[in-house]
Amino acid sequence: MTTFEAILLTIVTASTPLLIAALGELVTERSGVLNLGVEGMMAMGAACSFAAAVSFDSTLLGVLAGVLAGAMMAALFALVVLGFAANQVGSGLALTIFGLGLSGLVGAPFVGARRDPIPPIDIPGLSDIPYVGRLFFEQDLFVYVSFALTILIALYLTRTRSGLTLRSIGENHTSANALGLPVLRTRFLAILFGGACAGLAGAYLALVYTRFWSPGMTAGRGWIALALVVFAAWRPGWLLIGAYIFGAATVLQLHAQAAQFGVPSQMLSAVPYLATIIALLLLSLRHGRAIGAPGSLGAPFVPDR
Amino acid sequence: MFSRKVFGALAGVAVAALSATGAMAQAKDKVKVGFIYVGPVGDHGWSYQHDQGRQAIEKAFPGKVTTTFVESVPEADSERAIEQLARTGHDLIFTTSFGFMEPTLKVAKKYPNIKFEHATGFKRAPNLSTYAAKFHEGRYIIGQIAGKMTKSNTIGYVGAFPIPEVVAGINAFYLGAKSVNPNVKIKIVFANTWYDPAKEGDAAKALLDQGVDMLAQHTDSPAPIQAAEARGKFGFGQASDMERFAPKAQLTAIVDNWSDYYVARVKAVLDGTWKSEDTWGGLNANMVVMTPYKNMPDDVKKLAEETEAAIKSGKLNPFKCPIIGQDGKEIECKGNGVLSDQQVLGMNFYVQGIEDKIPQ
Amino acid sequence: MRFELTPRATVSPVARTLAPVAAFVTAFLIAGFVIWLMGRSPIAAFDVYVLQPLSDPWSLQELLVKATPLALIAIGLSYCFRANLWNIGAEGQYVMGAVLGGWLALRTHGTDAGFWVLPLMLLLGIVGGALYGLIPAFLKTRFNVNEILTSLMLVYVAQLTLDYLVRGPWRDPQGFNFPQSVTFDPAATLPPIVEAGRVHYGFVFAVIAVLVTAVVLGRTLFGYRLKLTGDAPRAARFAGFSSKVTALSVFAISGGLAGLAGISEVSGQIGQLQPSISPGYGFTAITVAFLGRLHPVGILIAALVVALTFIGGESAQILLKLPLDLTQAFQGILLLCVLAADALVSYRIRLVARGGGK
Repeated sequence: MTTFEAILLTIVTASTPLLIAALGELVTERSGVLNLGVEGMMAMGAACSFAAAVSFDSTLLGVLAGVLAGAMMAALFALVVLGFAANQVGSGLALTIFGLGLSGLVGAPFVGARRDPIPPIDIPGLSDIPYVGRLFFEQDLFVYVSFALTILIALYLTRTRSGLTLRSIGENHTSANALGLPVLRTRFLAILFGGACAGLAGAYLALVYTRFWSPGMTAGRGWIALALVVFAAWRPGWLLIGAYIFGAATVLQLHAQAAQFGVPSQMLSAVPYLATIIALLLLSLRHGRAIGAPGSLGAPFVPDR
Repeated sequence: MFSRKVFGALAGVAVAALSATGAMAQAKDKVKVGFIYVGPVGDHGWSYQHDQGRQAIEKAFPGKVTTTFVESVPEADSERAIEQLARTGHDLIFTTSFGFMEPTLKVAKKYPNIKFEHATGFKRAPNLSTYAAKFHEGRYIIGQIAGKMTKSNTIGYVGAFPIPEVVAGINAFYLGAKSVNPNVKIKIVFANTWYDPAKEGDAAKALLDQGVDMLAQHTDSPAPIQAAEARGKFGFGQASDMERFAPKAQLTAIVDNWSDYYVARVKAVLDGTWKSEDTWGGLNANMVVMTPYKNMPDDVKKLAEETEAAIKSGKLNPFKCPIIGQDGKEIECKGNGVLSDQQVLGMNFYVQGIEDKIPQ
Repeated sequence: MRFELTPRATVSPVARTLAPVAAFVTAFLIAGFVIWLMGRSPIAAFDVYVLQPLSDPWSLQELLVKATPLALIAIGLSYCFRANLWNIGAEGQYVMGAVLGGWLALRTHGTDAGFWVLPLMLLLGIVGGALYGLIPAFLKTRFNVNEILTSLMLVYVAQLTLDYLVRGPWRDPQGFNFPQSVTFDPAATLPPIVEAGRVHYGFVFAVIAVLVTAVVLGRTLFGYRLKLTGDAPRAARFAGFSSKVTALSVFAISGGLAGLAGISEVSGQIGQLQPSISPGYGFTAITVAFLGRLHPVGILIAALVVALTFIGGESAQILLKLPLDLTQAFQGILLLCVLAADALVSYRIRLVARGGGK
């Protein structure tokens, strides 16, 4: 493996959890709901997946538990913001605080346990292509899932009837309701999907990325995922690019240090954040208008009657 | 035994400490001991090891001590938590992070009858001791192991922040490596965090990608050594024994062993012999413990054991003069043929041969 | 089965006042149940979490100390949130306020600069926070860049800036190279309100901010404009209110107050600059703003309540050996309950069987 390939591989692992969590949030936001609880759902996903994986000695059950935990957290959020039409920003924040706390309680007995690495899946033939072969065709399952999800979500949003329904509800829930579209049910499912993805991303962190659990191990990645959705202007394709830009900036700043450029490490650590702002600025400059935000994003829905 | 009075410079504080010792002598039947941790007990690193020490106290004095801890106390807001312990009948309070220094001092002044101990700081009072461990002794040993075992002649170091303790560790590691392998090169990455497993892992991978085959770490999670294991390279455990996380990669681990010290201090309170003092113990005091040397050829193992014994007996000091700085000039030798404790504790330079600059 | 929401024609003020109380009771019941599941006594926990801190002068004082920065920041945030602008970056504005104000303290260190140092520091704190808050506002109004993202990203940048400064150029030369600045001179220290007490004048600033905000929101055109921008942006535009000016001013206000909180904490509490000067006040304040339902007096109360959960949480660790995570989970549940209760006041909620209506 060349250094170049190795660096690319590291970038893939750093980007994948961001991408998965952000994809879920993208669908939720496209339905018009802003869920700031990604960090909390991710933390629960990490804790529950690790707890289950160790308890049952099964990675598969671990992943399922992570997804389920994320979805359960999302269901709680849905209850409050859909059932009670509560403020979404506040509720999302509450979900994050709650999830971080609860994940600590769930994970505490599993401190110090570890899991074996998940073997990468090698697609014979393709993985021998120079440079990109191993990068694209010898990864763990999660990476493939993240790519598949990106494509499927893009297709779902643009090519299916249900995706169209979801988008129109997100754009304007009042007229969607007048047209007889099931606003609350669609949003409920979209929120659940977002939670499941956040849980999956958490499971990736605990089972693949680090293979042990520790309190607060999400370390702000849920917030980055949220920022990426905005960055991508609510488009799955851009999200893929955004997640990889951020992942690359994170990894490359470490390489820049190892290569001894003599720049303060704090400045290098700030690069991913500044890069995101600048990229977003450039995007806005090109489009010159508000890009892509669903019209009803964040507004509670109460049908008039 | 313990090397004491690290900071002669802070004479005012130290003198005050000596003059007040008599008043504190009073034996006790029961002691209540409190701990303030900067991280969660489950961090499996710094706070976790302090908590192991707390549990050791409970085991050592059954029925005589009760212990309490407050975890994840933010440094900027720690005064209240420390005072809460003082107000709830604790006789001895350990605050286990550098950032707790000023708050501990303030609370200690307010509660003169309660004994305080602050880890890794330098401000003392009649009822406030300080203690730290000479981790750089262990780092010299792992440096030698890395220098012997490296095939690429490039060794790596994941640091948390460029603070003196970490810088001293890097220098000791490099000096150790260079003492057995004059061609060795070191690459350093600061993760800018003590604990973010994923980011620490990324930092380790960045070093491994750049051709490092021996990886030392001064961040707390097992992620870096795990990355070494996954690449078939070698690493060294930090703070706790990380063999479980990297059975093939861990050559040895530098363990923070606070248990002996904590037990001794609690015993001093029980006996009425507790005094305010400064403790800076290393391998010799059992505050720094090397786990068994594994996964290495016998000659390297023998070398490591000999070095460990030499440091313990005082024959070898990692910072024996002359120490040459990066500019090629000799560092002024303020200790007796070695760098003084103060120079080591405030270390702010890389030694000659390290090509990187200290970020600042 | 599904929920059905109907807006209530009239909202009784009694219900509005009782709603948070009911939310509290619910949150406590849930927490009590969890504690019972963990095999501990919920009553003892309630005593340690709530009753003891509220019946002890020492912890009452600590309550004010902890509530001060939370209230200051949250009051500022309420301006943004009322106008439907999401400033998530108060933590960064807090840090930048402390950095700019702290700069003066370090510059005047060891000189006999007089009484003017402290007021100027506070002013610089406000300016630092406000300018930093204006970055996302400017990007939003000029380039339409989403403020949630930029304000959040700038938090990390601010923290790293402070980190760089105290490890590098601003490090105390006598401090054995440890990452902290010199201790501020008395002239640069915000004094406690009561001699030898812990509550500094930041609390007074917070109370002033509450009073001023109550007047601004209730009695001025600016307050009306905020409300209109938030509730009916289109109507606000018809009324001739520029949304850009609104955005810039609310971000400046909230950044300024966060900056004031930052410099007050550094100067009144910590006494020096160090890598970490906030246990996440800027983020917790968002919770406080919502708990207080964006109302100035409500925010002051909410800040005290959140401070109580922190202090109670520490007591619970010490006296009952209950883990810190439980406290955090409880804070989340409490906020969810308050938000849900608010909705219950405004809407009639029915559970209906599937198929009944749309």
